[in-house]
Amino acid sequence: MATAREPEEDEEEEVKLIKTWSSPYALRAVWALKLKGIPYESIDEDLTHKSDILLHHNPVHKKVPVLLHHGRSICESLVIIEYIEETWSQNPPRLLPQDPLQRAETRFWAKFVDDKALPAIWQAFSKEGKEQEQGLSETAEHLRLLEAELKKKKKRLFFGGEEIGIVDIALGWMVNLVPLFERILGVKILDEEHHPALLKWRQRMSDVDVVKENWPPRDKLVAKWTAIRERCVGKAAANE
Amino acid sequence: MANNNNNGDVKLIGAWPSPFVMRPRIALNIKSVEYEFLQEQFGSKSDLLLKSNPVHKKIPVLLHNDKPICESNIIVEYIDEVWSAGPSILPSDAHDRAVARFWAAYVDEKWFPNVRGAAAASSEEAKNAAVDQLKEGMALLEGAYVEISKGKDFFGGEKIGFIDIAFGSMLAWLRALQVMLGGVKLLDEEKTPGLCKWAAKFSADPAVKDVLPETEKIIEFAKLLVAKIKAAAASS
Repeated sequence: MATAREPEEDEEEEVKLIKTWSSPYALRAVWALKLKGIPYESIDEDLTHKSDILLHHNPVHKKVPVLLHHGRSICESLVIIEYIEETWSQNPPRLLPQDPLQRAETRFWAKFVDDKALPAIWQAFSKEGKEQEQGLSETAEHLRLLEAELKKKKKRLFFGGEEIGIVDIALGWMVNLVPLFERILGVKILDEEHHPALLKWRQRMSDVDVVKENWPPRDKLVAKWTAIRERCVGKAAANE
Repeated sequence: MANNNNNGDVKLIGAWPSPFVMRPRIALNIKSVEYEFLQEQFGSKSDLLLKSNPVHKKIPVLLHNDKPICESNIIVEYIDEVWSAGPSILPSDAHDRAVARFWAAYVDEKWFPNVRGAAAASSEEAKNAAVDQLKEGMALLEGAYVEISKGKDFFGGEKIGFIDIAFGSMLAWLRALQVMLGGVKLLDEEKTPGLCKWAAKFSADPAVKDVLPETEKIIEFAKLLVAKIKAAAASS
């Protein structure tokens, strides 16, 4: 469906995304924009020296991603995705269902990812001993729920149905970061016995062009997360 | 039972002291939707709650024709979308909606944890740290209020909107906390004059006034709750 635009609108339409090369939250916004075919300018941040533009547009959290549209800012990745969906609703794919009940369920699971799944896996990754065990067992519980949710609808390819939706985007870190964490920690987080549906989903996600083409460079990611793990458990000092 | 004008069967699982439960109650009032309020007993969870919200086992849960909707701000959005003929709760402009969602998330993720922290703090130091965080938050919210209300009474403009509900539902607890912390000023005529005026208007709104409990009642309830939290911490 062609969207004919007046020349003036093109200039005013300018979309910018403040992000970093590795932030999984910023990657959500990248995917949403690219899935919808929305051209944008990337503003890449170095979070050790936050730019004035970031501090101006996200004074409350000072974090990425921040979407700029018509010069106005939108912060928080899930809020950004809803904004993208509402503003470019005529561009497929639909990132949220239209039915209010299904929308509520979708929002519930997207929030679950950020409120529960991510903090648990972060605890597993950043701690040792009992705290790590707790993180791992909570992660296992959350993955069990996600597996069950995915299995609920037969022939469901993604959490969003036949196409990617906001929950799939929110869970994107599971695709590239979980194997990385498994390697660094030496533990299995996703396995065939407990997560057959999630593993198939992960493969499908990896095959989506927009996802495949926008991964952060793997070697850099490995180095970054390995360094984070070492810092968290204080090994860096011992290795010098 | 009065005919709910084709709104379907509407029930809300909750409890009167919970600020999160107050949110859908206010939203339903705004939309003039009658509902059955199923109150949980303090200290136990009903089978209906466990069945309706198996993931979190928390209130509020809206049951609309027996279908559960969980998470207070998500419930409010659902109410706004289903009963779209009534006064709207989310703004109509996409950017304004994003701003509304941002601040509602801020209240829950950044501001509210310090309420709990201040009320149930085990040390003076921890309590003061939580209070400082709350005051910083109040300053941010004051700024947001001034910017977003554009001189009108509410974050939502001339009528209550999404941010008003998300933050206003906290007012009874906020006022109780001020008393319980020996007169600490979170709503401060000097530092947060906008929010002081807003709080009075919000509390008096017809959709709100029977929902927001009296400060005294929250103080009484808080004592029970803090005892429960401390007992749980001691035994873990």
